[in-house]
Amino acid sequence: METILVSLAGGLLQAFEPLNLFMIFAGCLAGLLVGCMPGLGSVNGVAILLPVTFLVPPTAAIIFLAALYYGAMYGGAISSITLGIPGASTAVATVFDGRPMAQAGKADKALMAAAIASFIGGTVSIILFTLFAPPLAAFALKFGPQEEFALMLLAFATFIGLGGDDIPKTIFSILLGLVMAAIGFDIISGQPRMIFFDMVEFQRGIGFLVLAIGIYGIGEMLWTLESTKGKVQMHNVTITWARMKENFGQIKEYINSTWVGSFLGFFVGTLPAAGATPASLMSYGLSKTFSKDPESFGKGNISGVAAPEAANNAASTGSMLPMITLGIPGSPTTAILLGGMIIWGLRPGPLLFQESPDFVWGLIGSMYVANFATVLLNIALIPVFIRVLAMPFTLLTPIIFVLCVLGVFATTDRMFDTWIMLILGVGGYLLRKLNYPVAPAVLAIVLGPLAERSLRQSLISSQGDVTTFITRPISLTCIILAILLMSYPLIQRMMRRRTAEPSEN
Amino acid sequence: MSILKTLTFSAAALAVTAPAALAEWQPRKPVEFIIMAGTGGGADQIARLLQGLIEKKDLSPRPFIPINKPGGSGAEALRYLQDKAGDDHTVMMTLNSFYTTPIIQSELGVDVTEFTPIGLMAMDTFLLWVNTDRDDITDLDSYVETVKAAGLDWKVGGTGSGQEDSVLTAMMEAAFEYEVTYIPFPGGGTVAKNLVGNQIDSTVNNPSEQMEFFRAGNSKPLVQFTGERMEAFPDVPTAKELGVDIEYYMQRSVNGPPGMSAEAVEWYTNLFSELFNSQEWQDFCTSDGLTCDNFLNGGDLGEFHATQVVAHQNLIEQVGAAAITGE
Repeated sequence: METILVSLAGGLLQAFEPLNLFMIFAGCLAGLLVGCMPGLGSVNGVAILLPVTFLVPPTAAIIFLAALYYGAMYGGAISSITLGIPGASTAVATVFDGRPMAQAGKADKALMAAAIASFIGGTVSIILFTLFAPPLAAFALKFGPQEEFALMLLAFATFIGLGGDDIPKTIFSILLGLVMAAIGFDIISGQPRMIFFDMVEFQRGIGFLVLAIGIYGIGEMLWTLESTKGKVQMHNVTITWARMKENFGQIKEYINSTWVGSFLGFFVGTLPAAGATPASLMSYGLSKTFSKDPESFGKGNISGVAAPEAANNAASTGSMLPMITLGIPGSPTTAILLGGMIIWGLRPGPLLFQESPDFVWGLIGSMYVANFATVLLNIALIPVFIRVLAMPFTLLTPIIFVLCVLGVFATTDRMFDTWIMLILGVGGYLLRKLNYPVAPAVLAIVLGPLAERSLRQSLISSQGDVTTFITRPISLTCIILAILLMSYPLIQRMMRRRTAEPSEN
Repeated sequence: MSILKTLTFSAAALAVTAPAALAEWQPRKPVEFIIMAGTGGGADQIARLLQGLIEKKDLSPRPFIPINKPGGSGAEALRYLQDKAGDDHTVMMTLNSFYTTPIIQSELGVDVTEFTPIGLMAMDTFLLWVNTDRDDITDLDSYVETVKAAGLDWKVGGTGSGQEDSVLTAMMEAAFEYEVTYIPFPGGGTVAKNLVGNQIDSTVNNPSEQMEFFRAGNSKPLVQFTGERMEAFPDVPTAKELGVDIEYYMQRSVNGPPGMSAEAVEWYTNLFSELFNSQEWQDFCTSDGLTCDNFLNGGDLGEFHATQVVAHQNLIEQVGAAAITGE
């Protein structure tokens, strides 16, 4: 413990060196900008700016890139809230409630909640990282395919309750997402499957962002056009000190979801297979399941913004853990960071903590400081971000449309995906008109491939014996939790039916 | 709209920061550096090292963006490159699944000899690894004995059916007359992690994938499938020394899509040859057990590919495609 504190103090001192401090602020700002552009995520940001870091010492370099990574996690929330387009895959869950809040003229509240939740998530995560990095790395090693599958099951379970009372429609939506996730190559045998109309383009599958931007960007745009009949909408909010203070005071409403998101996010982030996107979706689902007022989720509940934002920031710190201790990246962005570390002459792996303590502790120290930097920058910039909403909707709609098309094309570089995105957008709009929840489909397309791979790996290794999932303690625990979670909304509903009059319909 | 404007400008500013080197043809936009395998594996590490060196030495006016396309044992990447025919801004880091995947999945419609050869960066090697916890396994004999006793309960991790390690696993099954359960993972890094976590029993990882765990004492090599002992592993016997005729290498070459323009090929060839001769690359080769003596390019590399395709066809015929795909 004492050695940890001494090392940490050294790390913090390093983080406060002028160059490093500058790197933190520069990184956070760059991350914010990259994150809020749809189609440009932290992956692209880190890849594009990696060369800049060769001009400075390795510690300053990783500090810059790590700060950029956090900044981007928050930046994603900005376009999710203000425009309803997920800026990055990690910010999809933030759209669910962030966008309705913005439409109700509460964009500043949503942005504030996102900033504070991100800060708490990041801080909790880095404290856990500091104290328990080595034992957590050992724990992550215990996660084989069986445990991964059980965890995915748990993630799906958190979403069964997401569709409100209509469980059959939720299951339909999940299945729709799973079918889309299965398009492309079979992940075990490598055979092409579900290639519709024999179009080779389908071999590359349907990307997650294609679906998310379609459903939330285009679908949302159509929905708003219909509901307002093209009437000019104004959401202009004047930011005053009083309003800021009031927004800050709202923290009580979402603090519980933030804690849940922080711990869950860190934990899921440390597992090499998962990453920040599943973490934020799971956190949203859990927070809704255990909310006193689950019906208000998806309609502008502030906890629905805080939960995923806390989780994605916590997960981005968490995913540094397998990178540093095992040399295995927990997310696509850390994969690029890993490349950077090799160039700087560092060999990430079990020995890094002993062989390059200055580097590791400098990085850890900078994470604390970077969290402060991001939250300050974000809160300071809220008045700028919400100016976007002051635009008349007739002007905003074409901009959203262009950003959606651009965002998808920038990610995959294919017109085919852009068309698919538009088709899915219209499809998503129709589903919404028919009262189908679309969020579960988004969850399924993210988790589907992870779940499929781990299920098949488990069954191959047990030679087809399904009891392999219940004979392993961690896997069994997750499965029991999943069953409990799945039945929780049902039990809740029965309780409510018993007490309340059946007059809801 | 000031935010968006700033963003557009800053994005544009980023794109033009690198100073242009003098050459007739040079990239006009970021180059997609496709990796036909998952993150953390040998190909991935190499591609990311090369990308970093390109940036560090300022060898390209536009950045190289590494993109992993591990789906279907590299089928996804091969198909992608095929569809990019005629494109001058996409190159791919390949491994032996470059040969095996199109053979096993004939319906993929990819002929790798049509791709544009750019440069052979290294020949990678294979070792047989087990967790250090396995006190009962000290050498190849005790390994074979243990595997035979375990039968299908013995789990070998790999990077996908049809990938080079599954070919090597099938070769070992044929040579030692045992049968194991082969579990595919999305990349060599994940395989290494699962070996250290005891989720699998053995693997034939490349040295770079196990090096850090080996140095930390988490995993141990039993045998190397090379002609001679490598500098990095002086105490590990080769299979040939032990009387087992298995010698298998992995090519690490960079290739472009079919129909790349001659000017672009020249530019990329110069770029990768410069990287090949750099001190950093040669050091990496030594520390990670790669053989980097000759830089093959152009027609020589094309011929090399053609020979390798035939060799792998024979190999797959010998052990049977079913042994590799596990069907």
